[in-house]
Amino acid sequence: MINRAKLWTITLVLIMVVALFGAGCTGNENGEDEVEMESIIVKGSDTVLPLSQAEAEIYMENNPETSITVIGGGSGVGIAALIDGEIEIAMASRSIKESERETAETNGINPMEHVVAWDGIAVVVNPENTIEGLTYEQIRGIYNGTYSNWADVGGNDMEIVVTSRDSSSGTYEYFKEEAMSEDEYRADKLTQPSNGAIVQTVSQNEYAIGYIGFAYLDDSIKPISLDAGEGMIEATEANILGGEYPLARPLYLYTNGEPEGLAADFINFIQSDEGKAIVTDVGYFPA
Amino acid sequence: MIHRRYKEKGIESGLFIASAVTVFALFLICFFLFRDGYLLFETFPFTEFLFGTGWFPTSSPPKFGLLPLLLGSLLVTFGAIIIAVPLGVAAAIYIAELASPKVSEFLKPFIEILAGIPSVVYGFFGLVVLVPILQDALNLPTGQTALAGSIMLAMMALPTIISISEDAINSVPLSLKEGSLALGSTHWQTIYRVTLPAAISGISAAVILGIGRAIGETMTVLMVTGNMAVIPGFPEGLFDPVRTMTATIALEMGEVAQGSDHFHALFAVGSVLFIITFIINLIADRIKTKYRLKGGL
Repeated sequence: MINRAKLWTITLVLIMVVALFGAGCTGNENGEDEVEMESIIVKGSDTVLPLSQAEAEIYMENNPETSITVIGGGSGVGIAALIDGEIEIAMASRSIKESERETAETNGINPMEHVVAWDGIAVVVNPENTIEGLTYEQIRGIYNGTYSNWADVGGNDMEIVVTSRDSSSGTYEYFKEEAMSEDEYRADKLTQPSNGAIVQTVSQNEYAIGYIGFAYLDDSIKPISLDAGEGMIEATEANILGGEYPLARPLYLYTNGEPEGLAADFINFIQSDEGKAIVTDVGYFPA
Repeated sequence: MIHRRYKEKGIESGLFIASAVTVFALFLICFFLFRDGYLLFETFPFTEFLFGTGWFPTSSPPKFGLLPLLLGSLLVTFGAIIIAVPLGVAAAIYIAELASPKVSEFLKPFIEILAGIPSVVYGFFGLVVLVPILQDALNLPTGQTALAGSIMLAMMALPTIISISEDAINSVPLSLKEGSLALGSTHWQTIYRVTLPAAISGISAAVILGIGRAIGETMTVLMVTGNMAVIPGFPEGLFDPVRTMTATIALEMGEVAQGSDHFHALFAVGSVLFIITFIINLIADRIKTKYRLKGGL
């Protein structure tokens, strides 16, 4: 008897599941009949992710008949997906590599670059540290291993604990290119998996130095001025917008050739005044 | 009767398919892991990968030296075992032999909760609480060291070690203990001279499974060990930052260009990790089989 009762329950559940599925399907079909849903996928850099997500939310609110899916994963992942023709827009915090462009061409894809925002990079130390500014020369010395004591760059006599991002971060490569003139990072640096981890480490260690995206600045750490050869420039929003602060990099979207339809509309929206206001809200700077 | 036989057959083949899928999935993972790892050696010499002392994946030319990562993994795991084994075995003895049923019923759920905490929570706790304590207490330039990783891993390996050791101690036949007590041994002498030696292979299996759990752990280690890819000294390297194989893969996989040498190098590291865990599991399995025979005495 118990078996029969069980059997009935299972049958009942199955019927309900099938009914629900059926209802779901017809619902979708009805929706498609009424309006043509246009949809694109945006995928890539985790730095650009919060920006695209905020832009997509507002855009979809304004245009309810569209659907924009935003996925993270990293610049390389996004560009690879664009090359494979899986997505319409790739997000990247670095420009496309020569090797990636070659693969794209063999796949018949022509990656086209769009700058959608600027991201400032702040060099930060612990608030206890007396250092207020560093020249590029000094930063290079700290990161390539020439200087190991804060006294070497005009600070107190204490060891420097060097923190950096991981080698696959777009920020890591940008910093190496710009501030270190392509010198190799010292091997004995602390590698942190995220901007947040660098903030955490620098805020609780008075010996530490690190670099982070401007959006991650808070009171627990101290941004320092930089001198790229034109005098000390304070790390402020005004100096980035004025183009004086030396460590500012563009954030990109990539499309296959000239964008069309929804992809073109979405990129235009980001570059419109409404889109630029969102860029500022997220913590980046409008292009 | 015929109906019943069909039903039996149906269930049998259902179960067969389930296990076949598992084995097939394992083979697929093996195949893709080793294939992508192998592609590295078409452009990068195998011996340089295995014995190279520098991991500079983005310099030109890149260096993919496994040694700093391998030794980093081994050092952190070694530290974890040094901490977790005495603690874990002691706790298992207490729960199995000394604690009153009430106390052990109270302790067991707590140990299970320890196993259920997500590793990123352990990592966050380590980074925010343990790392500053280590830095201050030991007067180090940074608390993000192999030791921090070892302590966190030890906490995470404890539930495995405790529950399997406790099982082993519990399955020592009562007649052995009774015999020992009847000969006039004290309770402690019985535990030390009879119960523990009889359970030793089970405890060894527990330890080795604990090692397996520790060496494959990623998130916590990534957050607390500083990820410095230099060959650690021994034993003073415990107080320096290190980088493990798992942390390297997690750190670098995100934005690496697919199909590049660096991409293949990470797969090669993954293959090495796979082989190590496989060997550890084989050893644990051998020991467990031996222990089962003994338990059946």
